Amino acid sequence: MGLKSKDLLGMKQLTADEIMEILDTAKTMKLVISSANKKTSHLQGKSVVTLFYENSTRTRLSFELASKYMGSASANISTSGSSVKKGESLLDTARTIDMMGTDIIIMRHNQSGAPHFIAPYLKSSVVNAGDGMNEHPTQALLDMLTMYERFDTFEGKKIAICGDIYHSRVVRSNAIGLTKLGAQVSVYGPKTMMPIGIENLGVRIADSVADCVKDADAVMGLRVQLERQQKSLFPSIAEYAKFYAITPEMLALAKPDAFLMHPGPCNHGVELPTAVYDCDQSVINEQVTNGVAVRMAVLYLLMARRNQL
Amino acid sequence: MRLVLKNAKKYNEETLSNIYIEDGKFANEFAEDTADRVIDLKGATVTPGLVDMHCHLREPGGEYKETIKTGTASAAKGGYTSICCMPNTNPVADNAAVISGIMKKAEEAGNCRVYPIGAATKNIEGDQISEMGLMKDAGIVAVSDDGRPIKNAGIMRKVLEYASDFDIPVLNHCEDKSLAEGAMNEGPISTTIGIRGIPTAAEDIMISRDIILSEYLDIPVHICHVSTKGGVRMIRDAKARGVKVTAETCPHYFTLTDACCENYDTNFKMHPPLRTQEHVDAIIEGLKDGTIDTIATDNAPHHEDEKVCEFSVALNGILGFETAFALGYTYLVKTGVITLEKLVDLMCFAPSKILKLGRGGMEVGDDADLAVFNTSDEFTFDKNTLLSKSRNTPYDGWKLYGETLLTIMGGKVTYEKLC
Repeated sequence: MGLKSKDLLGMKQLTADEIMEILDTAKTMKLVISSANKKTSHLQGKSVVTLFYENSTRTRLSFELASKYMGSASANISTSGSSVKKGESLLDTARTIDMMGTDIIIMRHNQSGAPHFIAPYLKSSVVNAGDGMNEHPTQALLDMLTMYERFDTFEGKKIAICGDIYHSRVVRSNAIGLTKLGAQVSVYGPKTMMPIGIENLGVRIADSVADCVKDADAVMGLRVQLERQQKSLFPSIAEYAKFYAITPEMLALAKPDAFLMHPGPCNHGVELPTAVYDCDQSVINEQVTNGVAVRMAVLYLLMARRNQL
Repeated sequence: MRLVLKNAKKYNEETLSNIYIEDGKFANEFAEDTADRVIDLKGATVTPGLVDMHCHLREPGGEYKETIKTGTASAAKGGYTSICCMPNTNPVADNAAVISGIMKKAEEAGNCRVYPIGAATKNIEGDQISEMGLMKDAGIVAVSDDGRPIKNAGIMRKVLEYASDFDIPVLNHCEDKSLAEGAMNEGPISTTIGIRGIPTAAEDIMISRDIILSEYLDIPVHICHVSTKGGVRMIRDAKARGVKVTAETCPHYFTLTDACCENYDTNFKMHPPLRTQEHVDAIIEGLKDGTIDTIATDNAPHHEDEKVCEFSVALNGILGFETAFALGYTYLVKTGVITLEKLVDLMCFAPSKILKLGRGGMEVGDDADLAVFNTSDEFTFDKNTLLSKSRNTPYDGWKLYGETLLTIMGGKVTYEKLC
C-alpha cells in the first residue's frame, strides 16, 4: 500500500485504493487533533513549505497546522514579499525552494497545471493546494472524509453539487474522486457556469436545483467565485439567490438524513441563505476540522513514501 | 555553375532521370564531365521547391527566438525555397521600410526566397488601412493582420476593397476574440484539466463573415489555418457557389488533437487550438476534396522561456518548416489519402498560384528550385537537429517518412544531407 507517486497533483492521479488509504489514515489523524497533546513525530526533522500564489485562509492554515502537529519545520511564501513580485519565473522559485532541503512543497496557483509543470523538475514532493480551475484534491479528500464518517460505503450514494461548476476546482476533484469510489454525482448551475463536456467526468447534469438535490445523500453548495469571473455570468445576486441557491425548500427534497456541505468561504445570501448554512443538517464546520486531518494524512503518506526511497 | 542530379525520381514520373542545372536555371542535358558537381540521388524523390504562404521569421524584434538567417536555413532544411513571413514583428511590418529591411536580410542570408506579407492595418490594430500600395512596391505579396484578426466587419470590408485595387490578396486568421479567451479547444479535455476553452464557433463565425464579405464584394479572401469541421463545410459550400475563397491548414491540424494537451505540454498550444478527432477528420477530407487549397506551416518559433512555463501563460505556436513535408507524406500520402502529386500541389503550386508567385516550374529555363526527399526509409525526428534557434516542436521523437536530403534554390544548394 502507500502512495505510488512522489506528488499529490490531483484526484485524477489517485486510485480508489489510494483514496481509501488517505481517508482511513485521516480518521486516525483526527484523533490527534482532538487530543489534549496535539503532537506526533511523523514529520520530525522534515521540512514543509507552503507556496501560495492565491489568497487562502483555511487551506493554508490547515496545511500549516497539519505539518506543525506532526513536528515538521515549516515555512510560508506568499506572492507578496517574495521574489515572485520581482518577476521570477515559477520554475526558478520552485527550484530555489527545492534546493533548500525542502521535503514537501504545498502550492496553490492561479494557473491550471502549474503544480504538474514544476513537479518533474523537483526532488521535493509537490502537493496541489488548488490550481486554477483544475483541481483541489485535498478539498475533495476532506469532503469525502466528511461523507465517509457518515456512510459505510460510497457505492451508489447520491451527491448533489450546485453552483458555479465552470470555475470550480472543487467540483472537478470531487467528481473524479467520488465517481472512482462508485458514488453518483449530479451537478447543476446556471448554463453560463456549466463547462462543456462536464459529463465526461462521470457526473449527471441536472435540470434544476430541485432535480439536482432530489433524494441526495449529501448536498454541496459552491462559492460563487467572483474573482475568477471574467465577465458577468449572471445578472444579479438577487436573481442568483432566487433561482440557484440551496434554500431550505430545496434542501428538504434531499433524503431526510442528508447533510449539507460547502467548501467555504461562503457568500451568505448568495449560494446559501444563512439559515441553511447554520441548519442542523450543515456539516460545514466539521469539514474544517476534517481538512486538517486529511492534510495530516496526505503529508504523512507522502513522507512515508519518501522515507522508503 | 553547372550541376547534375543523377537518378532523380521526379514526383510525377515513374522512371528515374537526370536533372541538369546551369546558371541557376533548369537546363538541357549537357556532358557530365563538364559539370562543376554531380550528385547521385540514387532514386530519391524530387519535387519542386516547396512554398509556404504562412510563417513567422521573428525579425525584426524577436531575434532571440529566430532571425531571418536561421529561419530561412530552417525552411531550406524542410525543402522550402519560397516562404511568406507574417508582419507581426516589432516594429510591425506595416510600411515599406520594414518590408525592405526584411527582404535585404533575406537576400543576404541566401537560404530561401522570402516574400513578406504586410500588415493589413496600421500596427495590426484593426483600425486604419496600411500603406498597401507602397508596401507592394517594396515587395509584399499579401496583407494580413495574422494573429490579431480584423474584428470590425466594416474595416475588413475596406481592407478587402482597398487591397483589391492593388491586386493584393488578403489573408485572415479567423477567430472571434470575444469567444476565444481560452488557451485550448473547448470540450471535454479543457473541462477535465481546467483550462479555459476556445470554441470552434469562434473560428466558424469569422470564417462565415469573411465568406459573406467576399461573396458580397466579389473580392478574393484567403482563410488562414483552418482547424474546424464547420470551417471546412462553409468553405466547401462557398466554393461551390463560386465565391473566391481559398484556404490553408497546417500539419498539426491533421496530425494532432486536443487530447495532446492533457498533460499541460505547451508544445501543443497554438492558435487556433488543436481540435478533436472529428475536426481532424474533416480537415483531412477537406484536403482530399480540394476544399483546402494549401498546407502552410504557421512556423512560429518561441524561446524556451516562453514555452517552459504554465500552460495558460505559454505563448502560442510551434515550429513547422522542418517537419511539414514529412508529416504530409507520412499522414496523407503513405496512408493513401492523397497522392504525392496532390501533396506537391498543396505545398507548392497552390500557394504559388494564390499569391501569384510563379513558383514550381521545372521546365528548361525555369528557376532551379527543388527539394529531394527520402520517402522510402523511416527516420526519427530529433529536435536537437533543428536549424531553427527555437525548439518548440511537438514532434520530437516521431517516426516519419520523407526526410529532406537536398534543397536547391536558384541553382544553389541551400541544404544537403546527401554526402
